[in-house]
Formats: sequence, structure tokens, C-alpha cells
Amino acid sequence: MNWIRITPAETIPPREGRTLRLGELSLALFNTGDRFLAVENRCPHSGGPLADGIVGGATVTCPLHNWRVCLESGDVTRPCDSGATSVRTFPVKVQDGIVMLSLDIQ
Amino acid sequence: MRKLIVVGNGMAGVACVEQILKYRHDFEVTIFGDETHVNYNRILLSSVLAGEKSAEEIVLNDIDWYRTNGIQPRLGIRIADINADRREVTGADGSITTFDQLILATGSTAFVPSIPGVDKQNVHVFRTLDDTRALLDKARSGGKVVVIGGGLLGLEAARGLQAQGCDVTVVHLAPTLMERQLDAAGGAYLRRKIENLGVRVLLGKQTQALLGNGRVEGLQFSCGEELEADLVVVAAGIKPNVELGRLAGLEIRRGIVVNDHMETSNPDIFAVGECTEHRGQLFGLVAPLLEQGKVLAATITGNRGPIFSGATPAAKLKIMGVEVFSAGSTDDSEPGVEAIRYEDPALGIYKKLLVKNNRLHGVILVGDSSDDHRYTGWLRAETDLAPHRKHLLFPPPPEDAGLEVANIPDSETVCGCMGVTKGAIIGAIHDHGIGTMSQLKDRTRASTGCGSCGNLCARLLKAVAPEFEEDKQKVLCACVPFPQEKLREIVRSQKLRSVQDVLDIYGDGKGCEICKPALSYIVDMVWCGDHEEDRSARFINDRVHANIQKDGTFSVVPRMRGGVTTPGELRKIADVADKYKVPLVKVTGSQRIDLLGVQKADLPAIWADLGMPSGQAYTKGVRMVKTCVGSQFCRFGTQDAITAGVELETRLENLYTPHKFKMAVVGCPRNCAEATVKDVGLIGQEGSWQVVVGGAAGKGVRKADLLVTVETTELALEACELFFQYYRENANYLERTYDFVERLGIEKIRKETVYAVHDVRHSLLDRLRKAKDKSYDAWLERLAPRASQFVEIQPMETASV
Repeated sequence: MNWIRITPAETIPPREGRTLRLGELSLALFNTGDRFLAVENRCPHSGGPLADGIVGGATVTCPLHNWRVCLESGDVTRPCDSGATSVRTFPVKVQDGIVMLSLDIQ
Repeated sequence: MRKLIVVGNGMAGVACVEQILKYRHDFEVTIFGDETHVNYNRILLSSVLAGEKSAEEIVLNDIDWYRTNGIQPRLGIRIADINADRREVTGADGSITTFDQLILATGSTAFVPSIPGVDKQNVHVFRTLDDTRALLDKARSGGKVVVIGGGLLGLEAARGLQAQGCDVTVVHLAPTLMERQLDAAGGAYLRRKIENLGVRVLLGKQTQALLGNGRVEGLQFSCGEELEADLVVVAAGIKPNVELGRLAGLEIRRGIVVNDHMETSNPDIFAVGECTEHRGQLFGLVAPLLEQGKVLAATITGNRGPIFSGATPAAKLKIMGVEVFSAGSTDDSEPGVEAIRYEDPALGIYKKLLVKNNRLHGVILVGDSSDDHRYTGWLRAETDLAPHRKHLLFPPPPEDAGLEVANIPDSETVCGCMGVTKGAIIGAIHDHGIGTMSQLKDRTRASTGCGSCGNLCARLLKAVAPEFEEDKQKVLCACVPFPQEKLREIVRSQKLRSVQDVLDIYGDGKGCEICKPALSYIVDMVWCGDHEEDRSARFINDRVHANIQKDGTFSVVPRMRGGVTTPGELRKIADVADKYKVPLVKVTGSQRIDLLGVQKADLPAIWADLGMPSGQAYTKGVRMVKTCVGSQFCRFGTQDAITAGVELETRLENLYTPHKFKMAVVGCPRNCAEATVKDVGLIGQEGSWQVVVGGAAGKGVRKADLLVTVETTELALEACELFFQYYRENANYLERTYDFVERLGIEKIRKETVYAVHDVRHSLLDRLRKAKDKSYDAWLERLAPRASQFVEIQPMETASV
């Protein structure tokens, strides 16, 4: 797996998200308080910036219309019958205090 | 325009008119009602009798409904005659009204058997709101009440009068209560439950005479026994009101005969409700009558097609708190019928299924009717029960909680009282974004009758509504399952100063977008700003001090106290708009200027360039004070609105509130800045100020209530401060002042703010000052405390894609 060095872990305070651009991709990188997770920064509902959402556990709520997305699976968990496609998730790890991310397809 | 007359202002007639209004039509509608009341919910009369509801609370269509729909109500006028040839009706007042089409919705009257003495004083029937009021007038605690009739109506009357403290006996002719719906064993279960509630039941008693000298004193039965009574309610059944139908020359049997399209024997006259007879059947429950109304509405508006195919052979009732359900046959003596029973005397639950040829033939449930939908489904579809035999009396354990709800067909009636189907409920949830039970009740009326379907409606709502939330008085959310009032107390008494502490100790440790902002508000308010601020628990607007827009950009609104600005400020705003290529500059409804489409990364620099304070247009907090020109320039101004408005805004700005908080000050009663529809308004008049609170001009319009009238500007400002802090401390998060004022009542608010004793007022103001001292202009934060939140992360190495 190819890992990209992104940023020192302290850039992102606990329970907040930040936007990260890698080439054409806009990602939302989160510190859930006990680990780091990354998803595509685009709510499947109307494209809202997930990085600006409120984080509760491993769930983020889109700031535009309160859709909830699971940061582990990328699935929309509310509304429950949205039929929306999941958002893409990305592997993240922290090594020597640096957040690392991979663009490899999981 | 065609003239449509509806005779009868009860549930069936008005429900039919409601349905007609849904079609394109050219009717000029007049509704005659012999009762003087607007259309009310007859099912709930027993709740009025029991003192649980007021007469106003059971109104279904208030007078505004008639007005806004262009319907002429003629209340208190009984129609005495109909001339079908000349197409006119004659009122008991002698008035003659012509019609093109006529709907008879005359309902039914209480059947009073011809017992000697039935005309004595204190012998009543229980059918209308006036009957109910008469009974309430006579009912006295400890009074001896006898109800003749052990059917639904009689038992409901007994319940109401017992709640009034009367000593109630139900006397019934048949050997079983509700013998039309229940078998002997089911009736016995119901009787036991009712007797446990303190109502005596005498069965198999035929009343021969009512005794007493002028006023009723007792009953004499055919067996010779006598029973003392000072109030008698006759609930021996109902009979359809067919007299007008007869006068109109319609075909009458027991009721006015209607076909499947609700047409009578006269092509211009229709009938609906309890006065009708359809396929030989009469009707007494509401659900089929509402169904009739829908069919008739289609027929009469030229959309003839839908047919009424008779009542569902089911009755689901709640009698004195006991659930009773009955459908199909109750006769187990028929050849080839097997009876399957379950009884739990301790719980008072009785179930009996009749099965014939492996098909459900009848069902009786007493004490627990939660499974009724399965049975009505089986009855209607004549389901082969072979695969279900092991689970006839109890449903199989659900594999999926949503399955039970999913298994109910859309056409199935969920609320029998109001005739609301599952499909209608789901439609309403989707079409109107319904998220709470109270909204669902308001919109569909489901669960506003006996309430026995409330649980099912809640489960439906939970399964279907994308925005499901518990009703407001209930817990904040699943993460911290406490009512907000309790949470405020916990935060205070347990000295919790951060959102995360509350979540860790009293919640799931995680939280969500519902509870986190609410808890943020609560800890800030309780500790007057001396809390541990956790920006991660705030909505994005409160982290970057700007309002997020649909495309992820932000809007910037600088504060202009009282709507007053200067050429210098306007120049700075113009320069900022140019420099940052702001796509849209707009004057807001709040007398300020909005810069829309700003990039998040530009926000801190814009604040610095503007050098103006934040207008807090993005938060649940103090927004602004609108003012009129007032006495400084206006010819009519009596008070200096601008000075007062600027001062009011200065005193309250930068503080959080449960929901946004908008104010206005006007210098005279012409009200140019719309103070009467603001959360707080000051209205100047000669020599005094009126302080008004709880106004709204949003989704709904509400005129603010007068809090107090005071003589000086200082006292007016203080009244605003008192109300403001009282609202901060007592309202639930996301509760606007207009809901808050309605919930508590202005009298209570007045007593606890402006009319409170000195110490109470002083400490309210003291806490407000403390919070104010801790508050500051959010835009002065600039890049602190989180510079990284405004910009994208720059990766330490580039991706080698």
C-alpha cells in the first residue's frame, strides 16, 4: 500500500474535520478523538462539505441538511432509506505523529 | 356557481365537505347545523365529560376554516322541511334556502325507549356537546348515577361521570356487555376491568320504570328490584335521523338508502354518515363514515368512480382504558367453526379466534389489541392459516423491528377513529416533512381520537420519517436521554463545565449534531460564559463565525446597531466586496448588509479589513434591533427609537440564546419596524413604552404579547433584559420565544420577570451582566484559536497518483 505523509496529527483537534486536496480529489480528514478517518469531502445528498460537519463517534453529520455518514464504511446512515451511494473512504494511519493516507482502492 | 347545501354540521358532513374542497368544484357551500357549535369531534365527548379536555380542544374545524374556505355556516338552525321538487329547504326559523344539490348528513339521535318516567328531570341522553354540558352541570361528587345501556356510548358516559367523582352503575339489558362485539367470556373480562375501576355493572336487567316525584329518584326493574339514582343517562342505542329524507320523498328503510356512490333515490340529493343505510347496514363508528365522505365527494364533484363497499367488519375501541377489538363473527356455535382461546385473568387479557375451513372467521381481543392488523389482514384476504397455525394467538418473534410495520398494507386503516390509513400517514410524512408525533397528529389527525393507535403511529413515524425526532418535552436525543430541563439542572448541580463531560457522564460519550449544539448552549448559559468552550461541539457557523451556504461558501453580515451606519462603514464594506470579489451584496430584512458567497479562507482577513463587529447573523443568538427613525427626524415619532434600539442591541449583543433572537424598537404605534412580530419589541407612545414579547413573522405569524408598559426608556430596556435572561434560562434549545411564551403563558412570564420580587429581578439581571462581561465580538478571534480551520491542509508530500 502506498502511503502519503499528510500532516502532523495535532493539526486536527479532536472531533473535528479538515479539508485536504490531493490532485483532483477533495477529502475530509477527521480526528474522531481516538483515531483518524478520511472520506471523500462530498455529501451524496447535495454535495455538502462533510469536513465542516459535527463529529459524533465515527459519524459525521453534513452541515447542509443533516445527512449522516458513517466514516468507517462511507454509508449514509440517515435518512435510512435514502438509496444514496456511499461516499468513498480512504485508509489512514498515524505513524510517528504524522497522519498518513493511502489512495489505493480498498 | 352551483348551490350545495349540507344539512348536518357533524363529523361525517364536514369531513365530506373537506374532501369536496380537495377537488376542483364550482359549489357555493352552505352548512346547516342544529347544534350551535362548530364541527367538533364527537368521539371525544367522553373526554370532555371526564374533564380531560375542554370543549375548545375537541373542535375539528374552527370558524376560520369555514371563512377561509368560503363556506357559509348556519349554526343553531334546524332544517324542518325539504321540498325536493322546488329544491328548497325550510329552516325551523322559517327561512327558505334553495339548492342545486343537497347532502343530508343528519346523523342519528339517541334512542330513548318508552319507559314510564323517562321524561322526569335529571334523565339525560349523551350524544352532543350540549348533552355533555348538561351532564357536567348535574354531575356532583358522590352523586348516584345510573347509566342505562352497556354498549360503547353507555360505558363512555360511565367513564366520564366516574371521573367527575360520581358513584356510577351501568345497567344493561343483555347478559353481556357490548354483546354485539363480544362473546360472554370477552364481555366478562371487560366487566371485570370496569368493575376494578370502580363502576358497578348490573347485567340482564330490564328497566321497567323510572321512579321519583318530578325529579328522578330511582329505577325499577322487571324483576321487581329497585335502584336508587339521582341522575340517569339513557344510552340504549342510536337511531338514524331519517325524517328529512322522508319529507324529501327519498327511499327510507331503517336509514336513508344510499348506493355504492352515496346517491339516494333522488339524483340531486345525497346522504352521508349515520343517517344512511347501505347494503342493509347502518353505521355507528367514524371510520366508515369518513370513507363514505370521500366517495360522495368524488361523486358530487363529477368524479363519480370510487365506490363505498361497506364498513370493514371490525371495531377497535378503547373503553375506559381497556382495549377491545372485534371483527367478523362472534358466534362459535356455527357448525365447522373451531375456537382458539387465550386467557390471562391476572393481566386481564382475553383473545379468541374463530377459524372456519382454515380461514379466519372472527376475532375478539380484550385487554390487548396490539395484534389487530394481522387479523384484519387475514380476514380481508381470507388467508390460508395453515402456515400460521403455530402463531395464531401471538405473532412470531420479529426478525426485524421494521417488518411488522412493513407488513401492514398501505390501504389498511391505522387510526379507526379518524379513518386514517397507513398510506395516508406515510404520504403526509413525506409530503410535509413530518418528524414528530405532534406534527403527525396536527397534519393527519391520526391518533387524536381514542389514542389506541398512538404506539403504532409512532413506530410508523420512526420507520419512515427521515427527520424523526422525539417530541419536544421529551428527551434531548438518544445520546443524552434526558429532557432539557433535567440537563440544565444536571449541568448546574454537578458543576459540569464542558459538553464532553456531560456526554461522558450522562450520555454515550459520542454525541451528535442534535445534542452537541444544545449542550454547548446549556453549559454556556448555566455558567454565564464561564465554561470550557468546545468548538468541536458547535455547528460550523459558530466555529467560523459565518453562515454556511448551499455551495459551502459563507455569508458575512457586520453589525449595524439599530440599522444605523455611516459613510465610512459603507465605504469599507464596498472595498471588501471589491477586494474579495464577493459575488452578491444584499440588504437584509434586518436592516443590515450581507456579503454572500465568501470563501472560508478569506473570512479572518475580511473581518480585519471591515473593522466592524460580527452581526451574529449565523447563530442562535442575539441578531439585531431594527429601528424606525423615531423622534429624531420623523414628524410622528413620539420616542427616540434609534437611541433606545442602539442601546438595547449594545446591551445584549454577542450573547447566545436558545434560538435566534430578533428585536425592534419603534417610536410610535405606526410600528414601521414591525416590533409586534419580533422576539422582543419596544413600542413608543406618548410618555411611555410598551414592551412586547413572543412575536413571530416566519412560517407562522404571531402578534407579540404585551409584557409591560413603562414610563422611562431605562425601565423599558430593563424589562427587555429581564425577559431575555428568563428566556435564556428557561427555554429549551431551538425553542423560539413565540413557542416559549405560548408554552408558559404570558401571565407566568410577567410574574417571574417584570412583576417578580426585587431579589428575583436583581439576580436575573446579575446573571445577565456576568454572561455579558464574559462575551466578546467573535470576529476579534481572527485566526485564534484554530487557524487551521479556515484553510485546506497542505500535504507534507504530493500524491504520486
